[in-house]
Amino acid sequence: MTMLDVSGISVYYGNIAAVKDLSLQVNQGEIVTLIGSNGAGKSTTLRTISGLLKPRSGHIVFDGRKIEGIPAHDIVRLGLAQSPEGRRIFPRMSVAENLDLGAYLRNDKAGIAEDQERMLELFPRLRERIAQKAGTLSGGEQQMLAVARALMARPKLLLLDEPSMGLAPVLVDVIFATIKRIRETGTTVLVVEQNARAALSVADRAYVLESGSIKLSGPARELRNDPEIAKAYLGG
Amino acid sequence: MAQSTTAAARLPRTRLNLSAYGERIAGFTILAAVAAWLAINFIDNPQQFMTASVIGISNGALYALIALGYSLVYGIIELINFAHGDLFMLGTLLSATVVAAAFNLFNEPVGMGALGWLVFAGTLVLAAAFCASINVTIEFLAYRRLRHAPKLAPLITAVGMSFILQFIGLKWNGSGQKDQPSVLPQGSIDLGGVQIDTNFFVVLAVVIPVLVLMTWIVTKTRAGKAMRATAQDPDAARLMGVNVNRIISFTFAMGGALAGIAGLMYEQVVTTTRYDLGLQLGLIAFTAAVLGGIGSLPGAVLGGVLIGLIQGLNEGVKYGAGQRWTQSVVFSILILMLVFRPAGLLGKATREKV
Repeated sequence: MTMLDVSGISVYYGNIAAVKDLSLQVNQGEIVTLIGSNGAGKSTTLRTISGLLKPRSGHIVFDGRKIEGIPAHDIVRLGLAQSPEGRRIFPRMSVAENLDLGAYLRNDKAGIAEDQERMLELFPRLRERIAQKAGTLSGGEQQMLAVARALMARPKLLLLDEPSMGLAPVLVDVIFATIKRIRETGTTVLVVEQNARAALSVADRAYVLESGSIKLSGPARELRNDPEIAKAYLGG
Repeated sequence: MAQSTTAAARLPRTRLNLSAYGERIAGFTILAAVAAWLAINFIDNPQQFMTASVIGISNGALYALIALGYSLVYGIIELINFAHGDLFMLGTLLSATVVAAAFNLFNEPVGMGALGWLVFAGTLVLAAAFCASINVTIEFLAYRRLRHAPKLAPLITAVGMSFILQFIGLKWNGSGQKDQPSVLPQGSIDLGGVQIDTNFFVVLAVVIPVLVLMTWIVTKTRAGKAMRATAQDPDAARLMGVNVNRIISFTFAMGGALAGIAGLMYEQVVTTTRYDLGLQLGLIAFTAAVLGGIGSLPGAVLGGVLIGLIQGLNEGVKYGAGQRWTQSVVFSILILMLVFRPAGLLGKATREKV
């Protein structure tokens, strides 16, 4: 079943097209990755899906509803949460408060407490830092917090923007192992990555973005073995 | 290789930083001079010193309420809302008008007692609601349209709004004073030679609960969390499901309500107001907000009380410079503050927003 159907969107910054006639689908239960080099339009695509940017043309259907043009804060309510590029945690709030804000639209206190506990099991480092200001966390911890915060909304679809950015290789592995575990709990994941190798190793399917358009798509396993991809994105 | 040599050439910049050292000495000298001045005045006449301090704290509490309005708005949209002082002025005019009308309605001379307290409480709510609505409307009509415009556009709009509110005040009450007898108990009590105006206790009895309530809203409630999140990163707040426009309106409502409450208190304590009051007090309260660290709420309160104290002592003790010098003293302190601690007493060092 298609959970997210992006069809033919174009997004402009002023007169410059950052994304041109882009289409992609994410099915329920999948991990899909959108890879591409810096400036290819990956973040623009995610920001458009989550409502921070409006497409000039094209449609976005999430869970059977048209969502292009709906404000970002209402899209969250439909079950689509994003962990943004650069983490964007709230630096002067505690880890606990950041997690609370992830559950901003929820009212079930018991459920929120339960989910917070789940997040602290998923990311034990956050438990040690629970009362600390988020701005004092290390880069890896901040990334974990950003993912955990997005999950606190109990999304059906989780959008992750460059979760490996600025992280040591060991932490990149941890993050991607976690992405697999997140899928096992029933959350569909669309992850944007510059680190194509890591992304392709966990994803079911992948799209390759170049200059704002999809250049190639297919099962992640096939793309991993594609010589052209290897040359352009896997460093050899 | 060539790259590494240029990097190395750029590195050795560790010269002894004399200017920072000199600055520190200058800073300590000034602080020591202020401490000595305070000590001399205190020893010379402790009662006078304490009386002046009490007056200062009483004024400072009102400055704090107004300063909070500047800091709340600056914290969330990084705008100096120049119209805020004039909003406070409209609060004083409304309070004077409502108090007079209420006593007129009951056919009683304005005075204290049960009716006085009732009118006071009712006016407090009205003035808070009145200024909150005006502030929300200003944001909705003017500042919201300019949210993505260059910073100068909303700033000059705020200056314009300030003039518009002043003009409303001028139309409302003309260019003269509006005098209004107070409903608060008058007189003072003597505490070991220290004269304390009874108004002082009323001011504290209103301002302290208001500050506690505001702190609770900002730190504990869902709306307060959303406010702080929006202040730190509006786009990230949106992704959490925060309706940022609504939260900004809420912030303006809070700042406006505080200005309204300050308006009533000022009008009741000073018993007179005028259309240009906002210019004067607004500037002092803005100074208080900057002194405490603009954007910091505890800073605004601290700055307000400090400026009130400075003013009270300057005007009330033997070696003070007197009332005509108060503004000069206040702004000299502000300038020194900005030189030595640009972020303000409790402010965070300004970071570049990307």
